[in-house]
Amino acid sequence: MSVSHDISPLIRPRSKILTRFGREVNWGDFIFRRLTALLAALLIAALVAITVAMVRGSAESLAKFGLGFVTAHVWDPVRDVYGALPFIYGTIASSLLALCFAVPISLGVAIFLSELAPAWLRDPVGFLVELLAAVPSVVYGLWGIFVLAPWLRDTVEPLLARTLGFLPLFQGQQRGFGMLAGGIILAIMVTPTISSVSREVLRAVPSSLREGALGLGATPWESVRIAVLPYARSGLIGATILGLGRALGETMAITMVIGNRSEISASLFAPSYTMASVIANEFSEATGSLYLSALAEIGLLLFVVTVLLNIVARLLVWRVGNQPLGGSL
Amino acid sequence: MFARRDLFVGLLLALVACKENSPAPSASAAAPELKKDEAASLTGAGATFPYPLYSKWISEYNKLNPHVKINYQSIGSGGGIRQITANTVDFGATDAPMKEDETKLAPGKLFHIPATIGAVVVAYNVPEVTGTLKLTPEVLVGIYAGKIKTWDDPKIKADNADAKLPAKAISVVYRTDGSGTTAVFTDYLGKISAEWKEKVGVGKAVSWPTGLGAKGNEGVTGQVKTTPYTIGYIERAYASQNKLPMAELKNKSGKFVAPSIEAMSAAAEAVEMPEELFVSLSNAEGEAAYPITSYSYLLVYEDAKDPIKGEALAKYVWWGLHDGQKFSKDLDYAPIPAKVLAKVESRLKELRSGDKKLLTGA
Repeated sequence: MSVSHDISPLIRPRSKILTRFGREVNWGDFIFRRLTALLAALLIAALVAITVAMVRGSAESLAKFGLGFVTAHVWDPVRDVYGALPFIYGTIASSLLALCFAVPISLGVAIFLSELAPAWLRDPVGFLVELLAAVPSVVYGLWGIFVLAPWLRDTVEPLLARTLGFLPLFQGQQRGFGMLAGGIILAIMVTPTISSVSREVLRAVPSSLREGALGLGATPWESVRIAVLPYARSGLIGATILGLGRALGETMAITMVIGNRSEISASLFAPSYTMASVIANEFSEATGSLYLSALAEIGLLLFVVTVLLNIVARLLVWRVGNQPLGGSL
Repeated sequence: MFARRDLFVGLLLALVACKENSPAPSASAAAPELKKDEAASLTGAGATFPYPLYSKWISEYNKLNPHVKINYQSIGSGGGIRQITANTVDFGATDAPMKEDETKLAPGKLFHIPATIGAVVVAYNVPEVTGTLKLTPEVLVGIYAGKIKTWDDPKIKADNADAKLPAKAISVVYRTDGSGTTAVFTDYLGKISAEWKEKVGVGKAVSWPTGLGAKGNEGVTGQVKTTPYTIGYIERAYASQNKLPMAELKNKSGKFVAPSIEAMSAAAEAVEMPEELFVSLSNAEGEAAYPITSYSYLLVYEDAKDPIKGEALAKYVWWGLHDGQKFSKDLDYAPIPAKVLAKVESRLKELRSGDKKLLTGA
């Protein structure tokens, strides 16, 4: 018997374990890989646990109202009748409205900061934009109550009603508080997110593309349009999705200005209500079990809506990402 | 403009203050003759409406009894009921008494202890009106039901002949978050209008026929203050601290009454306190009674699991109902009337832990 035979029992069990799990050659890699996998799994487990908890919490409401919960209009805690449609509408409409304002502004900011601004201006302005993200939402809400809503009521809404009042979007009582105020507040809150991510995305565009375009005689605007933006397309959509995520989940600021009325109206002046707001507003005082269950189901729906919108957005990124790079003149 | 900015800052501070739930640790460092078995830490949770008073009680009581630490979380009446039922706090607090199905969920017998009296006022913002508006029950219900739509409606004019009422639409504001304030207000509307009771109902959150929802007393205050031609209902303290005009309401005896502390006390005096120690004060009899008045209650288990905590709690509540009442007026609450206090005292003496009465010495 040789010496190597004597020590082999010490090595073999170890290497067997290692080879069973993959191609690792030492314990360090093995532990590192398992540890990071475990951390990733923890996140997924948390997601599953949240889903399970919300489904269980909303069991009573699911059983009582079924699918009708999603299509019903009435939310009446006194009679224990609950329907979520106005909240779903309010959440999606206010978030999309916010994106209508925020995306052009954010893109403008990002393009200015990454392409056009003088170098000394880029960091201070970029910092200020990101600072907006650090303002607590309750402060935005108070600003909405005391500054934005009165301004909308006295100036913007009368103007819109005078000029574009033939559209159903701009009809009805002008109160300041409502869908328009909610959309604007959300837009201000998501702008820093979208613009700072967009700026990073634009920065990652290789300089050779810009130089190429400029070398071919393109103006700065043309170089941005034909070289930079197409390259950054999927990243920019990703930035928008991040903003959308924040808008969907925002609670405090929007509940302070949107009017909190569970109605669906075509008018931007009319009050509305979001899913996150109704949970925040009513959960602390809700006592009946069906009432609590209905609020839990709203939470579940918010979760579902967020996931669905994210899937749609991913598909969009994927489609756009598969298109050939480069724009056309 | 200044008023607006002041209000802004005031509300900001109020919000910050609300977040600050721990009692002031003023004299807690010096605990001279602390007997070990008497040291107790109590937690409570519930109504936001009496929070300023309770937090004053806690800091004053802590100065007198440094060995007793009390923490009150103003998470809302519903949350207070849920937490005391689940036994996660030592006492609860609620504006609206517990419903029967809620009491059934509690593991033991809960006492309602009326601790203070508050009022809900109808605040308004009509720049043209300089005096005080007078509102009858019919007008108030009409406005909140969406039937009276403009300020120059003949029904409002009838009782306000001197006021210059403009032909502007009334914008109605209500509390959108579930709240005891809403429960008290709708309880009143339900009492004065059978139609309201049937169609809208009474509760901490209802399906309002008209208007805009604002979050919290501070939200309604903000909307009324900044939006001309608005009407809203809020706790008295918010209206008086922000100098909002408060309507005089016509009470059951047909008199228009302003929401003064005396008028709140008059309402409490007029209503007989029943054995279970909770009763609605809205639309009370009596010429001086303000009609939207309400008790706020502490919820305490009759049989305390922990005798030390139980005794500390019983003594604290006893103190609050006696010495603590003197802080009421400054904070816009009315003290508990003497004849009600006598009933509360005998109820507090029933508090026990097992066979041991907790307040033998009191």
